[in-house]
Amino acid sequence: MVELETFGEPRRRPTAATVVAYVLLTLGTVVMFFPFVWMLLSAFKPIREIFQLTLLPHTWTLDNFRQVLFQTAFPRWFLNSLVVAAISTVSVLFFCSLVGYTLTRLRFPGRDLVFLIILSTLMVPTEMLVIPWYVMSTQYGWVNTYWGLAFPGLIPAFGVFLMRQFFQTLPRDLFDAGRVDGVSEFGLFWRIGLPLVRPGLAALGIFNFVGNWNAFLWPLIIAKSASMRTVPVGVALFSGEASTAWNLIMAASALAIVPVLLVFFVFQRQIIEGVVLTGVKG
Amino acid sequence: MRRRPHDAPRSSAPRSSAPRPPDAPDRSRRRRRALSLSTREAIWAYVFLLLPLAFYAFLRIYPAIQSFDLSLHRWHVDPAQRTFLGLAYYRELIGDPKLHRALTNTLLYAAIVVPSQLVLGLGIAVLLQSVRRLRPLFRAIYFSPYVTPAAAVAWVWGWMYSVNFGVFNTALIAWSDFVTRLGLAWLSIPPQAFLSDPKQALPSVAAVVVWQQLGFQVVIFLAGLQGVPRMFYDAAAIDGANAFQRFRFVTLPLLNPVMVFSVIISTIATLQLFDQVVNINFTDQGGPLNATLTIALYMYQLAFSRFQIGYASAVTVLLFVLILTVTLIQLRLLQRRVEY
Amino acid sequence: MRRSLVVLALILGASVGFQAFAQKTTITYWQYAYDTRVQAMTELIQQFEQANPDITVKQETFPYNAYQQQVAASLPAGQGADVVQLYYGWLDTWLRSGYVEALPSQYFDAAALDSEFIPMVEAAKRNGQYYGLPTAVRSLALFYNKDMFKAAGIDGPPATWDQFVQDAKALTKRTGSRFTQEGFGIAPNGQGHNLLREVLIRQFGGQPYSADGSTVTYDSEAGLKAFEFYTGLVTKDQVAVLNFVPGDNGYRDGFIQLQNIAMIVDGSFAIGSVKAGAKFDWGVAELPTLANGVKSDFGSFWMNGLTPNAFKDPAKLEAASKFLKFVTSPDAMKLWLNVVGELPARASLVDDPTLASDPVYGPFIKSLAYSHATQFVDESAQRQVFMDAVNRVILENQAPAASWAQAAKEEQAILDKAKSQ
Repeated sequence: MVELETFGEPRRRPTAATVVAYVLLTLGTVVMFFPFVWMLLSAFKPIREIFQLTLLPHTWTLDNFRQVLFQTAFPRWFLNSLVVAAISTVSVLFFCSLVGYTLTRLRFPGRDLVFLIILSTLMVPTEMLVIPWYVMSTQYGWVNTYWGLAFPGLIPAFGVFLMRQFFQTLPRDLFDAGRVDGVSEFGLFWRIGLPLVRPGLAALGIFNFVGNWNAFLWPLIIAKSASMRTVPVGVALFSGEASTAWNLIMAASALAIVPVLLVFFVFQRQIIEGVVLTGVKG
Repeated sequence: MRRRPHDAPRSSAPRSSAPRPPDAPDRSRRRRRALSLSTREAIWAYVFLLLPLAFYAFLRIYPAIQSFDLSLHRWHVDPAQRTFLGLAYYRELIGDPKLHRALTNTLLYAAIVVPSQLVLGLGIAVLLQSVRRLRPLFRAIYFSPYVTPAAAVAWVWGWMYSVNFGVFNTALIAWSDFVTRLGLAWLSIPPQAFLSDPKQALPSVAAVVVWQQLGFQVVIFLAGLQGVPRMFYDAAAIDGANAFQRFRFVTLPLLNPVMVFSVIISTIATLQLFDQVVNINFTDQGGPLNATLTIALYMYQLAFSRFQIGYASAVTVLLFVLILTVTLIQLRLLQRRVEY
Repeated sequence: MRRSLVVLALILGASVGFQAFAQKTTITYWQYAYDTRVQAMTELIQQFEQANPDITVKQETFPYNAYQQQVAASLPAGQGADVVQLYYGWLDTWLRSGYVEALPSQYFDAAALDSEFIPMVEAAKRNGQYYGLPTAVRSLALFYNKDMFKAAGIDGPPATWDQFVQDAKALTKRTGSRFTQEGFGIAPNGQGHNLLREVLIRQFGGQPYSADGSTVTYDSEAGLKAFEFYTGLVTKDQVAVLNFVPGDNGYRDGFIQLQNIAMIVDGSFAIGSVKAGAKFDWGVAELPTLANGVKSDFGSFWMNGLTPNAFKDPAKLEAASKFLKFVTSPDAMKLWLNVVGELPARASLVDDPTLASDPVYGPFIKSLAYSHATQFVDESAQRQVFMDAVNRVILENQAPAASWAQAAKEEQAILDKAKSQ
């Protein structure tokens, strides 16, 4: 087995093309980052200033954060979101890759049909599943529990699809060689397949985390007590009948996403680049 | 009475202790071996799929069938009082002008959003890949819209699009002033209504969707690009391929699985577009004049603001059929191109 | 010996405890989450539980914007609220699919309720039976920025719509094609559709619907005049633009926070937000009239209803009915007025002279006497019809007469469809 260098690091010295790339990326930054920065800066403004169209606050204040952290149950919402996201991420990483692997690397009758059935579950809007889910949850006592919050997202079809595509890029010989060496079927998946799709796995992890972080309708319905609310459900409380506390929404949004973005920033090498080993006989 | 072999009581079949003809073990081992080659893999596949398929059957497919069943009934909170209507709601669908509008809009959204995301997502990923310094920072910045909560996104874009206060119109006015002063008044562009204009509202919302989902696409493509062995580029370079040719004949084919994923997922997501549309015009969702209405939003309004859950379920079935058809076509067209 | 005594005591204790527990009825109350509403209800529940030690009331609240979703998805599981708060305009859609039941006649006497509550509460009645009762009601009035009025040299709030337009013109400012200040914060999707439907149409001499509510009757000369007046504020008088300030409550935010909107028509439920947010001199006035002096207003309310869950056993039904009576009693309304700042719904309390002379509550209280609560059959669809009618004229330059006729046709179809179900 040979370690192959991938497209990861360009060797060339800066050329005209690189300069163009920097210019384009910098221009794009304005478009991509401006709304985010505005949101972030708004979190430091008193409510009146939020409505004034200045980017920088005249008076910087931490009141919004103070209010969100100490006068609402935000820490609890955050914890709940974290628990749900953690539960589901573990399940998603394992099951989606296992199913994705099975659908590409194992031959069995009905493989395409199974894939299509799994994919088709993506095509029914979850909004229409909440009523049956809730009926089910009351029957099994899942209402107001972490399990109840998490179960719909444990094996998302999109994750299966993603991992299937990543396993497709791996050469078949690799697994046949493993089989000849007497590696068990689970071992082929766990020890040979999985390490090779780490970039996909990491991307799936972050997507799933963000998806859970923003899920609204189901967490709203399944959480009956205030102590089981997640961040998006809690933040919805800032919109009342007669007014919306945009200062608090901005502060809560900032508090909720900055950690996610930081995790992404710090671990992006692992998330995107991983260390890609493409084993080829040679 | 004849018994089938597997019904035979254990005690009456001491096969293992029975004397065998000399050639028997050989044949049976060969048979087992033959069986294992083709079937062992399949058995393992089913073992791996057992739990996930049970999950899908129980928590996704069964509820979906229940939901489809609701489309044949007049909705009532008490299941015993749901009266069977047959296909009445489906007949109603055919003549529902609001649904027709939602359908057209939804397809239009997909036509704008999916190609834009593919091209921009891939383009940005390639650009990011070609720079070394500041790359982590650029990546985080391009990813940031994807993690921003929908409410905050809607607020910020609502202001940017604002006719009377928004930055876009401020820029247009400044531009027009500038060119007028240069004596090029014909180059000036009047302020636009954006979200308030029934003609511009849909593209304006679509732009927000592309903006927000771009981070997702970029990460997918970056991960895909990482998997392309450098060896292939070097080989192509030696063969005298220029940068474009390398991209066209090396990168694109090897990225195919990732692109298939990207296109299909963003199509499925866009055909179910809901969040951004609701939030950006919260008091006239899908407005003005249904200009931004999507099928998913119409379904949601029917179910949860008007309690017409039976009819909403019929809309869901329609949406499901639409997405399934489009996805099957895409899988056909896109997957065939490349052999693995 | 000692051990068996302990066991015996435990068993006795447990059974006594169990009996007490068994006799206790628990009911669940749902409303949307809003600090002062939750606080007022918590106080009411404490009082109620003290007076009725055998009943426990559990209050559960949900975000305002997702309240109906919560109800729609939870009740089919046969769990959740026994007593539920709902906007009166939702009654028909909820009723058609069985989410709310008529108040049981053994506890509620419709004839007595007719006289005890102000007339618009009859909007909670279907076929002679009440389906819920409010703790508080709302009406519309004109909020105006006194500082801006002073700066423009205007003495007081307009009494007539002519004066209103004149004042609004003086209070509107523009730079180039863009508005920087609005005389009137028009909001067809806020209270505008109610203003048009129940105030302007009636003031111009029309009737929005036939007496039995089954027929649209605003497709008349008077109705069209009202519609032309309303859309004319944008197209002709140019004292307002649609979506001047973006956001869910743009017109209110512009009035309270940005101070670039001089007048808004808003409900009494907004008093709390204006009081808390407005850092300028502001006033409230009854809605203007035409020269003929005809007064009219739109009234509405959130009501407390009973879900099918409450009917599952007689003890629960009795407890839920008792609780519903308690939260709509005169004392509860007084507490609600003090804590939440919403107007009482009982005739005896509305006539209170101190309330009528209050500078903020007064205009709202006075207008309750001439308020109409629309008998919606499908509130969100009917609201959409009005919004679309206005948008066609303002955004697509359609002739008001054509747009109005189309609206009448669309709404009639909604009424007909509701009737057939």
